[in-house]
Amino acid sequence: MYEQIAANKRKTVVLIVAAILLLGAVGYVIGMFYASGPVGLVGAVALAIVMSLVSYFSGDKIVLASTRARPVTAQEQPRLHNIVEGLSIAAGIPKPKVYVIPERALNAFATGRSPEHSSVAVTEGLLEAMNRVELEGVIGHELAHVVDRDILVGTIVATLIGAVVLISEFFMRSWWWGGGRRSGGGRDSGGGASAIVFAVGLVLLVLAPIFGQLVRLAVSRNREYLADAQGALLTRYPPGLASALRKIAEGAVIPMRSANNATAHLWMNQPSRIEGEGMGSMEKLFSTHPPIAERIRRLEEM
Amino acid sequence: MPTWAWIVIGAVALLVGAGILIHNRLVALRTRVDNGWSQIDVQLRRRYDLIPNLVETVKGYATHERELFEKVTEARARAIDAKAMPDQASAENMITAGLRQLLAVAEAYPDLKANQNFLALQEELSGTESKIAYSRQFYNDQVMRLNTLIGSFPSNLLARTFDFSMREFFDIEDPARGPATVEFP
Repeated sequence: MYEQIAANKRKTVVLIVAAILLLGAVGYVIGMFYASGPVGLVGAVALAIVMSLVSYFSGDKIVLASTRARPVTAQEQPRLHNIVEGLSIAAGIPKPKVYVIPERALNAFATGRSPEHSSVAVTEGLLEAMNRVELEGVIGHELAHVVDRDILVGTIVATLIGAVVLISEFFMRSWWWGGGRRSGGGRDSGGGASAIVFAVGLVLLVLAPIFGQLVRLAVSRNREYLADAQGALLTRYPPGLASALRKIAEGAVIPMRSANNATAHLWMNQPSRIEGEGMGSMEKLFSTHPPIAERIRRLEEM
Repeated sequence: MPTWAWIVIGAVALLVGAGILIHNRLVALRTRVDNGWSQIDVQLRRRYDLIPNLVETVKGYATHERELFEKVTEARARAIDAKAMPDQASAENMITAGLRQLLAVAEAYPDLKANQNFLALQEELSGTESKIAYSRQFYNDQVMRLNTLIGSFPSNLLARTFDFSMREFFDIEDPARGPATVEFP
């Protein structure tokens, strides 16, 4: 546990430094074409530092907002609140804030930077489908992520690297759907700018798989098994989580509207925007979760 | 100064440093154990507060269960008044058993089961029951860690010098300690 916490804090520092270096490099290259002097470099590094600060201090709020999670009171959701409070007592951490996501899919995640600043969010579908013991299993798993500071790395990854990935998607799409075609006819409307947009998009597109790889390195599949085990240690009842995972596997065909590649690794189970079993190609690239059948098998062996 | 003096100074500094670390660890664990203990108290008190409400609500529907109401109410009074640990433990066990019976009885009254107030109380109660179980679990986990540290070398030397003593586990007489919620799904 303590090794996990220390490792996650180290990873966070590495991630932030890597992001500053990468963005700095991109900024430097753009600056070389666009302006004289180190304007691009300085600007990009400043941007990266601001992004790092924002993702450290408000990453949880950004993640929660991106999933349209809303805070719920103990009066609205007494069962959920009781379970979160009970398991926080067992884990010896302050009670995290409790959110509900308006989605039919069965999923949950935790975010924040420390146990003192943490939030747990579950989907409406999950609340409906799970009985008390199963919900305890799910919350136990999420609280294990909180205790181990997985949430810190996960949230930084989601906002920092996620922002870069989203920017690249934005650039490529805007070039594909608008800029690409328009630049053929409307050369007068700033051909230079659209060339830069294209160049930035291309660079980021090349970088995107590298980022995907980084995400996978940062949030190893092992940590899901670990959180399953630690969660079961909190509830002292592995079959609860196993049964919950079985339900989640069955419900995996329900698409999740608020899923995106930047936050995929945070969820209890790999979310998909696409109806049915399959994942999109980008979604596969960012696949961060071990197969659910294997997780169930390990829980049953405990 | 000769080399050996530096070596001695270095060794002493290392020992003192290790001693401070172990001592701080002992203090931290002792604080957690005390915290765990008061957390159990908080949850037990919450259960005391719920009992009169629950009894009142059930009374309105299940008029024939007077004996059971009295048993639960009496156990509650005994638990609150208890001075010594064994007395309190047996009274708490009586409360747990009585409440289970009370909720089982409620199953026979459909009107009661549909009562919003009863449903809310039932949720509060099973939530509190599991919080009691979880706070005991946390307490016992911390006691185990403290006792292990006090019992093992070299921390036992410091524990003896600074008067840290092993704590007792909170034993639960109830053998049916599964997930505390199985009874009220």
